Amino acid sequence: MILFLLFMWWPTGAGQDVGRSCILVSIGGKNIMLDCGMHMGYNDERRFPDFTYITQSGTLNDHLDCVIISHFHLDHCGCLPYMTEMVGYDGPIYMTHPTKAICPILLEDYRKITVDRKGESQATFFTSQMIKDCMKKVVPVNLHQTVQVVILNIPQVDDELEIKAYYAGHVLGAAMFLIKVGSESVVYTGDYNMTPDRHLGAAWIDKCRPDLLITESTYATTIRDSKRCRERDFLKKVHETIEKGGKVLIPVFALGRAQELCILLETFWERMNIKAPIYFSTGLTEKANNYYRLFITWTNQKIRKTFVKRNMFEFKHIKAFDRSYIDNPGPMVVFATPGMLHAGLSLQVFKKWAPDSKNMVIMPGYCVAGTVGHKILNGIRKIEFENKKVLEVRMAVEYMSFSAHADAQGIMQLIRYCEPRNVMLVHGEGQKMDFLSKKITQEFGVQCFFPANGETVTIETNPNIPVDASLNLLKREASLTGPPDPKRPRVLHGALIMKENSLRLVSPSQAMRELGLKEHEIRFTSTVTIHDPQPSQGTVERLCTHLKGTLKDHSIQHMPDGSIMIDSVLIKVSGSSEEEETKDFLVSWPYEDEDLGSQLMTLLRKGLPRTVEA
Amino acid sequence: MKLYCLSGHPNLPCLVLKFKSVTVMLDCSLDLTTTFSFLPLPLVHSARLAKLPSWVPKDADASDQDTLKTLKKELKECAGRVFVDSPPEVGIPEGGLLDLSTVDVILVSSFQCILALPYITEYTGFNGMIYATEPTAQMGRQLMEELVHYTERVPKTRTASKWKEPAVFKTLPAQLRDGLNPAALRDCYGLHDINSALSKVQLVGYAQKLDVFGALQIMPLSSGYCIGSCNWLIQSHYEKISYISSSSVLTTHPQPMDQGPLQNTDVLILAGLTQSPTANPDSMLSEFCSHLAVTIKNGGSVLVPCYPSGVVYDLFECLAVFLDSSGLMQLPVYFVSPMADSSLAYSNIFAEWLCQSKQSKVYLPEAPFVHEELKTISRLKVFPSVHGDFSSEFKTPCVVFAGHPSLRFGDGVHFMEMWGQSKANTVIFVEPDIPYLEALAPFQPLAMKAVNCPIDTRLSFQQANKIISDLKPLHVVLPENYITPPPSLPQRSDLVLEADPPPTTYQRGEVLSLPIKRMYEKIEITPELASALVPSEIRQGVAVASVTGILEAKDNNYVLQSVPKQPTAGPGQKRKREDNADFAPPKPHVWGAVQVEQFVQDLEKNGVTDVKVEDTPSGHIIHLQSEDTLIQIEDGSTHIFCEGNEELRIKLRNILLKCLSKF
Repeated sequence: MILFLLFMWWPTGAGQDVGRSCILVSIGGKNIMLDCGMHMGYNDERRFPDFTYITQSGTLNDHLDCVIISHFHLDHCGCLPYMTEMVGYDGPIYMTHPTKAICPILLEDYRKITVDRKGESQATFFTSQMIKDCMKKVVPVNLHQTVQVVILNIPQVDDELEIKAYYAGHVLGAAMFLIKVGSESVVYTGDYNMTPDRHLGAAWIDKCRPDLLITESTYATTIRDSKRCRERDFLKKVHETIEKGGKVLIPVFALGRAQELCILLETFWERMNIKAPIYFSTGLTEKANNYYRLFITWTNQKIRKTFVKRNMFEFKHIKAFDRSYIDNPGPMVVFATPGMLHAGLSLQVFKKWAPDSKNMVIMPGYCVAGTVGHKILNGIRKIEFENKKVLEVRMAVEYMSFSAHADAQGIMQLIRYCEPRNVMLVHGEGQKMDFLSKKITQEFGVQCFFPANGETVTIETNPNIPVDASLNLLKREASLTGPPDPKRPRVLHGALIMKENSLRLVSPSQAMRELGLKEHEIRFTSTVTIHDPQPSQGTVERLCTHLKGTLKDHSIQHMPDGSIMIDSVLIKVSGSSEEEETKDFLVSWPYEDEDLGSQLMTLLRKGLPRTVEA
Repeated sequence: MKLYCLSGHPNLPCLVLKFKSVTVMLDCSLDLTTTFSFLPLPLVHSARLAKLPSWVPKDADASDQDTLKTLKKELKECAGRVFVDSPPEVGIPEGGLLDLSTVDVILVSSFQCILALPYITEYTGFNGMIYATEPTAQMGRQLMEELVHYTERVPKTRTASKWKEPAVFKTLPAQLRDGLNPAALRDCYGLHDINSALSKVQLVGYAQKLDVFGALQIMPLSSGYCIGSCNWLIQSHYEKISYISSSSVLTTHPQPMDQGPLQNTDVLILAGLTQSPTANPDSMLSEFCSHLAVTIKNGGSVLVPCYPSGVVYDLFECLAVFLDSSGLMQLPVYFVSPMADSSLAYSNIFAEWLCQSKQSKVYLPEAPFVHEELKTISRLKVFPSVHGDFSSEFKTPCVVFAGHPSLRFGDGVHFMEMWGQSKANTVIFVEPDIPYLEALAPFQPLAMKAVNCPIDTRLSFQQANKIISDLKPLHVVLPENYITPPPSLPQRSDLVLEADPPPTTYQRGEVLSLPIKRMYEKIEITPELASALVPSEIRQGVAVASVTGILEAKDNNYVLQSVPKQPTAGPGQKRKREDNADFAPPKPHVWGAVQVEQFVQDLEKNGVTDVKVEDTPSGHIIHLQSEDTLIQIEDGSTHIFCEGNEELRIKLRNILLKCLSKF
């Protein structure tokens, strides 16, 4: 039985990437937290999951066996330092190498924004040191590696709880996880993408037949490459702005979407032979691209194949930005940090360019309430700054999500890959999930759940029981039934010995021997006297023929001493003489052949047929 | 379980294991030592090589002029040794032991042990799976492609074959014949073969559980020797076999050896120990540096014949530190190989396969190896070959790392021809696979200094013996060479492997039967069937139940399910009943002894009162006088004789069964 406690996750508002993932799974007596996301839409304690749900007092150590992080987006990992350092958790945290590398940088970025901008006291938010301490608890995992989870305070490896990561293709280092306890298993997809994109490959999983598949369903009803469309849309907008001499500002975080957009623009510039410059604000840039270069094995086939000659993350058209370029005339595209337009270079550029309607700002990610980014996305066009100055925003404002998620077809594909016994949809909108779940049940005949925020779901599993079967028993059984015949079921008779924790299936005689039991043989010998006027000469032959005609499935042998053997039942004619019209048959059988023995008794009592069947 | 030994060379393993009707090939190494019988392939015409005198067997059949003429062209003499003047040929694994098309799985341990792969996958009808880690496949590809580059870029149309004919071969000097099997010699494969062979490789990660036909589970485990190298654990539910080859317990760049899961196996197959058991890698490294420094200070240059990957990564790091500390920062260091670029680039993206300290560098983010930086600041100059840009950059004195370490092909040959006659220069051998005197033979007489500094981090005999005693395998299988000291050091009785019971040894061409007796198979019982079982307790904590079920085997996994409910056979459905006769569970298995008093009491309770009990020597006879029925009770059996009264018999049977235990 698997039990689920669900925290809040998935978008609460439509359209924007709001929400967070945090799921607690209880399987085979082990408690596992899947992702530990931060809710970016809140500024108060609501941004963190409510850990009192797990325990009212004390640390989480006693209630949680491990934490698994699927990828570096903050709505999946943003709450980790809070949980480990402020609530208190010292057990293992698993994530892939790229996630481990990139996650602390995004956390630090986010921490700076929150604390610096709002002047929030360190007491309510985690510190840089906490991020570092938290990351020390992370155990990096490789794809497909079987990781035996080391349970806190138990010195030896617990071979009960096993996890395995699969490529998810959502962002660099994104992974799906198979969690296995004994014979029960769950697959958690995190966010994934089933079609290879510009820099990542497609998600893949083997036929692991989990009891439950927990899949995201962001694009539950969208069919086909909606990402391609958004990319085209993005390029079109950038191109149009450049064409008419405008400037494009793209506020980004240094890692993640920035690289994706850079590849997109780089290839577009190359193809269209555009001369307008693209700049990337310095600082993290080179460092960020370095991450991608070092983790090239996590990108798609094409990039991996060509990286020795040409590394996709070494950009030809994208140059370092200098503040002095802000006032340069003519069109340009500038990637500037930070991503929410709340401080730094991106805000500085924005202030300069906002009044000109030829220009455009493209927001590729979500913005926290209170930031300039959040304001302009909500249609505010007059922005007041600390110095009471009001900025009139005439430039075009665009919001674009580039996150790569599986569409409905992709979700169905994944289900086909791993053949789960139950499916649970998360990270999607209610109505869409309802539609998709019906489709899944219809097509695969499996139960499909889509619980609401905070709901608990229990799923019954009914696993088979493994036993150790004696090879002799299996071989003997195989030799009795001959070569495997799919039309004919193989029947196995054996004795199951239950001793301590072992279950062993052996032949009954072996069981007797091993357990020191002495078999007790039971035998019956009965006499049947029947009326049979025919001469007794040939009685045995007639009986034999009669039996052969009646009992087709048994071996019937006429023995040299005049008796008949039917399997292990012996029949002898006794006590008859030439003249008598009755004959005595002695029937003897062991208890194992009781059914046949009594069947023969009944048969004999009916007498022999007068004429022998041909 | 059988083990076929397709190669006897302990460091170039190729074994085939048959277990649970699965055929698993363990490594497919290519024997490149065969190339030592050939003359080098120079990049540019070498007057010296062209002028070498021909060699003919002394007792040659003078009447066969044709053969002699051909042989004169094929065999050349250099410094008292005979060489074949033909593109070097390589030695493939033994082909006649078993049909290689029946191999189901090939497991590759490291990039050095993959080189024969195309010969197996492309020319035997092989149709199975190949498992290798990503670095093994990538770097193996580099080694193979390098080999092809080297052999193909020097067009040599003439191929010698006369010398291989058995009648001729036996007349050749022992020096040429020893250890050479002409039947196993092949020309090098081409790029097409490499691509085709590697396209069949399935990439695996450390500690990834691989299922083979549901019969076996296979797992690669880090072996600590080179990037992506691994040992293999092959197990069924009950038996475990470990294959350890080319492992290292020293701290170098790869991930450390993972020994945990290799504990307590039924059989340990161990190969690939150090080839330089008396040379400590650390002291070799410092010797390397000091020889290099002396040569440079005397105005000479240094050639290091090497493979494009592996030990060179450590050498570059060590050399950079050394040159800094000895004021030789300006010394040009060249790395010349068609695969140099690719090798350096790949080494830096395989962080996940490296040791902790290198792994954590990518979190900064920095390249795990310094050679990236050395290359950027031009302290390490990388060229695909000596042709092209190299000549304009080239300055002496310098250090050149170049292939192939055998000195039979590659740019290294060029440097040997160029520098060989000057006393100031030095060639330093670092690759332990290469017997350096063999490599140098066709360049003799040589003025340049030759130094052997084999850097071999693989297990020493002492380390291997410790591993055997730590891992506690029930049986150990080894190459024959490992139970006696090396021929060159016969007095070193410490350079042998020992195990208890004594190890089984193998040599090329042998087929061994390994002592594994399978007793059990894992099957599953469905919950429905399990809940219907009626266990009877034999004693505290021990119970037994008879089971009858339908066994379904799918992908070698067995599931025992309940027998379907028999449809009640109506009239005219006789056939059906017979079909299902097999499904009926057998009668309970009866055990124990009958307590006569109890039995008689039970008889009376059931209305059978007319009872007379007689003692016999072996038990009792109960006589039901009115029915003319006898019950003969002995220690292990009961026999009921009755006169055709079925009703009575069944009654007696049931009373008897109640007095006995059963399951």
